[in-house]
Amino acid sequence: MKTSNASKGFPLPSSLKVVPGTENAQAAYPYTMQFGKGDDTRFWFYNSMHFPEPMSAFDMVTAEAAYCALGAANTRVHCLPTTLGIDYRVINGRVYIGGNAVTDPAEIARRTEEFQKRAFYYYANWERLYAQWREKMMALIHDAQALPTIALPEFEPLEHVHAGRGIASNHGLLDTYQRTLEGYFRMWHHHFEFLLLGYGAYLTFFGFCKKAFPEITDQTIARMVAGMEAEIFRPDDELRRLARRAVELGVEDKFQAQVSADDILKSLQSQGEAGRAWLAELEVSRHPWFNINVGDGFYHYHRAWNDDLSMPFACLPEYIRRLKAGETLERPVKRLQAERQELIEGYRDLLSTEEDRTAYDQMITLAHRVFPYVEGHKFYCEHWYTNLFFNKIREFGALLKANGFFSAAEDVFHLTHYELELAIVDLMTAWSSGSAPRGPEHWPKIVKERRAAIAEWAKNVTPPALGPVPDVIDDPAIVMLWGITRENLDAWLSADSTQSSNEVRGFAASSGVVEGPARVVKSVEEISRLKAGDILVCQITNPTWAPIFQTIVGAVSDIGGSMSHAAIVAREYGMPAVVGTGNATSRIKDGQRIRVDGGRGIVTILS
Amino acid sequence: MTAPAVIAWFADIGLHDRARVGGKGGSLGELQRAAIEVPPGFVVTTAAFEQFMRALEERAPLRSRVEALRGVDLGAATKVCAELRAQVEAAPLPPDVLEQISRAHAQLCGANATLPLAVRSSATTEDATDASFAGLQDTFLWITDLANVLECIRSCWASLYSVESVTYRCSRQIPEAGVAMAVVVQRMVDARAAGVMFTRSPLTGDRSVVTIEGAWGLGSAVVGGEVTPDRWVLGKITGDISVRDISDKHVRHVPNAGAGTKTEPVPEDQRRQPCLSDDQLQQLRSIGRKVEGHYGRPQDIEWAIDRITGAMLLLQSRPETVWSAREAAPVAKVAQDPRMHVMSIFGGKP
Repeated sequence: MKTSNASKGFPLPSSLKVVPGTENAQAAYPYTMQFGKGDDTRFWFYNSMHFPEPMSAFDMVTAEAAYCALGAANTRVHCLPTTLGIDYRVINGRVYIGGNAVTDPAEIARRTEEFQKRAFYYYANWERLYAQWREKMMALIHDAQALPTIALPEFEPLEHVHAGRGIASNHGLLDTYQRTLEGYFRMWHHHFEFLLLGYGAYLTFFGFCKKAFPEITDQTIARMVAGMEAEIFRPDDELRRLARRAVELGVEDKFQAQVSADDILKSLQSQGEAGRAWLAELEVSRHPWFNINVGDGFYHYHRAWNDDLSMPFACLPEYIRRLKAGETLERPVKRLQAERQELIEGYRDLLSTEEDRTAYDQMITLAHRVFPYVEGHKFYCEHWYTNLFFNKIREFGALLKANGFFSAAEDVFHLTHYELELAIVDLMTAWSSGSAPRGPEHWPKIVKERRAAIAEWAKNVTPPALGPVPDVIDDPAIVMLWGITRENLDAWLSADSTQSSNEVRGFAASSGVVEGPARVVKSVEEISRLKAGDILVCQITNPTWAPIFQTIVGAVSDIGGSMSHAAIVAREYGMPAVVGTGNATSRIKDGQRIRVDGGRGIVTILS
Repeated sequence: MTAPAVIAWFADIGLHDRARVGGKGGSLGELQRAAIEVPPGFVVTTAAFEQFMRALEERAPLRSRVEALRGVDLGAATKVCAELRAQVEAAPLPPDVLEQISRAHAQLCGANATLPLAVRSSATTEDATDASFAGLQDTFLWITDLANVLECIRSCWASLYSVESVTYRCSRQIPEAGVAMAVVVQRMVDARAAGVMFTRSPLTGDRSVVTIEGAWGLGSAVVGGEVTPDRWVLGKITGDISVRDISDKHVRHVPNAGAGTKTEPVPEDQRRQPCLSDDQLQQLRSIGRKVEGHYGRPQDIEWAIDRITGAMLLLQSRPETVWSAREAAPVAKVAQDPRMHVMSIFGGKP
């Protein structure tokens, strides 16, 4: 069907219309992000993996900063031989991206020489450079934490004057804003410093396994490489620790499913020494391990545990119940390690020559070497740093709200970061001139319009790809980060005709078959609806969700691959999971009976 | 020196006895030695066949007539073969052979003289090097008395002189003097479900998976292609089940009231039910790994589940031949600098 699909193709970018009534909101995105001349000749695909929902104007800063850094690493720093960076465009709040392949053999050869001087140095010095990376990242986090609180006093504090600072507080707003933004752009450079090299080493081993064992599942390869002590397990580990401490301190009866986190905190404060001792333990866990957010960190509304304790607290009663029932909550790390080793050796033994076994050893050694970064970076970048960043922007939102710019602090996220700087300068000017700022007349109408546009765009179904279908996709960045292959595109093109009405397909993430009622959970607030025996159906999961895996019997997600968080945790819990279905949360209705076949990546709607 | 044994019990034989117990008999003995459960039984060795043929040929030459068929047209060969088969089937057993088989039969049956048995030919060439020869000989199922067993043994021997077998040997110029047939006599498994297992993928040759096929009733329905079996693919190391194709199994082979087997429709509510549970699949996988490990190469296995006891038994295991015959291409070269491997990802298509 390849030829017919190729001629079928995807819609051209120029044929894609802005949803009527949202033209102004679309125009808010900078000109650099709008589709334009020449874009019809290129292939684009919707980055639903990272940006599954329409992007508010401010949140586009993530695409901007991330692609800026990704491209720099690929194009200029490590000089990947066959690919440059990623171009991106936004329409109806959706981010489309296009690769930039290098095809001229002479240029590939020139870049190969550079690549081996650069990337190979990283591979050779991985541990040292990664240790250094962590230091850089922690320094960046400390810088962000040290940024001053956003405030405008009526009069400049006397001590500033006496100290002869010579800079007034309104300048501090601009300074802090620019440093906030600068830190975010810098963080994304750190994020991509190792990422492609790490994925590349992993995929090298992956490719070997697929060739040697054509029917091996992705999840098996992932299990051979995955670490046991990765940062992503820590938040859940901390919750288990806190459950244990609650029992040890005798305050476990305070943790009841129906009681809100705030009320639990209050009752513990009035509980005397034991209660306060537990609260002190909570503080230890929170910093840093509750700096994980409930999404993937790309949206301002993916809040952290630290900002909303309802998620972690909702899981404590069950952990406490299990402890009291005599269970140990420790992750069986030793057993998991032994199982991983058995897998590695089992597959090695199946290879027929010594040559193959040696090559296998070389590749898995490299994969294990790079993997701590691949698994660990997200906690520091997408979770911890991103939380600090969005919370700082929230402070600006609160100040602008207090000065009449917005009706709610969160409205700040409907301004692009360029517009936000303008609004801040507006306020700075007003503070200095003693006049009223202009913003309160200007922004509320615009915010209202953009909020309505996001709601419209969320209802709008956007094509998975645009433009002519390339014959082959061998851009390693696109294959690695998005798992897009020519076969995927063919599947997308024929999706309408082949999709069975009761079947949802995704990646086989964790094997096993289970049936049960689907619980379609769209936000953290809903997790209390999950009951024992339910199958979780969600857009995306991350470390925040780990504790609820103790309640459910299966998991299905819209977003994610075999190395995604949901997949890793499901395997740990030995629970069937299908990830990266694209649309499970919209196709499966809450309460429907479904069957999850995690070995094949198929979800069947039974009723 | 004592005369070569006419009877060999499974417990006493292995693959290296193939010359006197045949491929099937040797493999069953080998499996039992590897502590894998097979239906108990014995082999009527090639020594019995030799004694029988000697007695027969004292009266009329037989093997020389087969060799004389080389190059003869099919019509003439068919006529001669029919005659030879009839001779073999009608000839009495030498008294010593008769006595030993009778004694072994009584021992196998114990208190139940009508215990159902399978009588299976076990040719010395079969299952060994040329798999295409497999299946040319006969198997008789659900035989319930000694007289029938004896008749089936002679039929097995006679099957060596079927026109197919004879033409096969003639075309390859196989000397008749070396041709002999052993016969396996073993307890019949009244199978709830039965089928085959390959300890690699028949589609890709992947050694990291086992492929299991099965259907309701005796395995003859699966092997004979009369029913589309359920099919599973399991990770050999992981046990993960990556393929589950549950088919509509409309018929099954079951024991006939008197003797032998019959085909009957599967009750409606069972047709689309998987014939193996996940636990049973895992049990088979572990047996498959054990057998493969014992032989040191991928296997083609026949299995059955006892209707009464639920025990998983193997009826046959032979080396997989199709993929093993191919030269396996190296997956990757060892790199002087292990980092060079990443160029397979970053370097573009060569």
